[in-house]
Amino acid sequence: METEKGIVGAMRNVYIDQINCVTPLGLDIEKSWEALLTGASGIGLVQRMGHFADFYAATIPDNYINPPFDALPDVEASFSRLEKMMILALAPILEGKKISSRTGLIISTTKGNIGTLKHGDITGAQLPTSAHRIAQYFGLETAPIIVSNACVSGLLAVMVGRRMMLMGRYDEVYVVAGDEVTEFVVSGFNSFQAMSSQPCRPYDVGRDGVTLGEAAAALSLSLDTGSIAILGDASINDANHISGPSRTGEGLYQSIKGALTEAGLTAGEVDCISAHGTATVYNDEMESIAIERMNLSNVPVNSLKGNFGHTLGCSGLLELVMLAKSLSNNIVLPTKGLYTIGVTGSMMLPQERSTKLLTIGIKTASGFGGSNAAMVLRKVGQHA
Amino acid sequence: MEALKSELKNKIIEVLNLEEITPADINDHDPLFGDGLGLDSIDALELIVLMDKDYGIKLSDPKEGRNIFKSIETMASYIAEHRTK
Amino acid sequence: MRSPHVISHWVSLADRQINLDGDPIFDAKGTGFADFARQVYQFMEISYPKFHKMDALSKLAFLGAEVLLGHAGDNEKDIALLFMNRSGSLDTDLRHQESISNPDEYYPSPAIFVYTLANICLGEVSIRHQLQTESCFFVSDTFDADLMYNYAAYLLQSGKSKKVLCAWVEYLQGDYRGIFYLVEEGKGVEHHMNEIKKIVIT
Repeated sequence: METEKGIVGAMRNVYIDQINCVTPLGLDIEKSWEALLTGASGIGLVQRMGHFADFYAATIPDNYINPPFDALPDVEASFSRLEKMMILALAPILEGKKISSRTGLIISTTKGNIGTLKHGDITGAQLPTSAHRIAQYFGLETAPIIVSNACVSGLLAVMVGRRMMLMGRYDEVYVVAGDEVTEFVVSGFNSFQAMSSQPCRPYDVGRDGVTLGEAAAALSLSLDTGSIAILGDASINDANHISGPSRTGEGLYQSIKGALTEAGLTAGEVDCISAHGTATVYNDEMESIAIERMNLSNVPVNSLKGNFGHTLGCSGLLELVMLAKSLSNNIVLPTKGLYTIGVTGSMMLPQERSTKLLTIGIKTASGFGGSNAAMVLRKVGQHA
Repeated sequence: MEALKSELKNKIIEVLNLEEITPADINDHDPLFGDGLGLDSIDALELIVLMDKDYGIKLSDPKEGRNIFKSIETMASYIAEHRTK
Repeated sequence: MRSPHVISHWVSLADRQINLDGDPIFDAKGTGFADFARQVYQFMEISYPKFHKMDALSKLAFLGAEVLLGHAGDNEKDIALLFMNRSGSLDTDLRHQESISNPDEYYPSPAIFVYTLANICLGEVSIRHQLQTESCFFVSDTFDADLMYNYAAYLLQSGKSKKVLCAWVEYLQGDYRGIFYLVEEGKGVEHHMNEIKKIVIT
């Protein structure tokens, strides 16, 4: 008789070990972080993308990606632009690492190579097609796991990695996330009247929608080494509406609560929060309600959407690695694009950068389909 | 105007997938949102697309929609006045 | 500490037929999925107008969950949802792509676009059954029993969920297959990869 195996990692922590990203602010984590410290934004005016002209987005210039990608060993020109971004993000982390059947790869994306649909290529748009190409390039032995769960995907993918390690399925997990700004998505957000007419203004009284962005980000999870320990996580659905967030922030509230409970911490012990802050009227308002309900009103919160735009399936992971950087460097980042707070729930939203001893951080994300996710981090080492 | 209202009822049922409703179920002055037909935020956005696609009316401020889409009556009046198709 | 979890019930929707725990409970006439879905909706005497706004993937997920949770009986709300498929939301993606393919007739629909995310079908089930619970949508070339098993076991053993509804919900251009199974404590076959494979992989 077969029985269900138990959680083997119950007494162990999963750590974020190495991190990297490819963004409009820089093609690696150090460049992107340094730019972030200066308050730079990758948002600019896109002159034309198909049917659309003169709209704001945070895009990576096309000629930035190929030179560093072509310099990687054994690459093929046949990789798509998004695959190149993801491989560029993951390559430095995987370099020199031992890969076995105990090594996991998790990929997060909402739309993948959706652009191939323009040419009637359905297979090219299938997410497993891309995932296998990436896994094969890195010599992974296991089938890649793909998490495609709206804008919580990036954070949820890390949670899946942690949970699979705690179940003893993997000894180490690599997580990579990516999404592009495409006409497919721009046209959709436009039909939702959700595109901002200006560079986005998270939590601001004058916010009027998202500014889309594109990026890739990656990290490695380890059971033994790392400077950031993941102490708790939760992903709870609002069960309210497929596109509008819960007015009481129920799912996000329960996600944060669940993550803190697992971490064995109270709200008073949290030093900083990297929230979702997409700059839509409803999302930011919902977050403020959840934050206040959780008694986190005195904890500095920020959104990085004003620097990177909303990178969809990458946002959770990109912003998580930036939170890791913040914790390691004891730097609280402000919210770019915020001038006058315009949400009902009480939130602390610094508009200046500050230095503060940081140990415990929370990353949250929310997305279409009523999805929410929260993760509690503790800094344990000195580097990141 | 009656023809337009009737046309609107049929279009709304089709575009919003209101399969369990017939045009006869929709009264001219019934609220479309809230308790009436129970339409939601996505339906409101669909109606904005409908205005553009079928009547050539682009709503510059989506918040205007709240008043325009109050009922079949208000929708028809607005369309009759502003249509370009 | 190991706790014994079982697969208590399972449902399949494929080839115009619904099977519950291996026994056929409904056979539809006609051919296409739209027709099948409408017949199942009527057969189950569901009254849920939002159903008609859903895309095919969401209807498939909704109906399978309806049969499974309806049969499961109790009103337990702490049921996590783990859905998986090969094509994500590609079927609806194609419809959205169609709506933006002609520059002279360029009218993308928000009601279609919202379904261009694979996890929306999961959200629809959450809303229908008021499940404020853990959930995740995975995409995989073939059903990944290893992932489903481990992840469901984690949610149960960590106490993060009391039950888990696992499903393979694949829909692309008229081809559909939905397999749903419920993992919980109590009576059923052992929750183990081999049992899962027997149910899902044919």
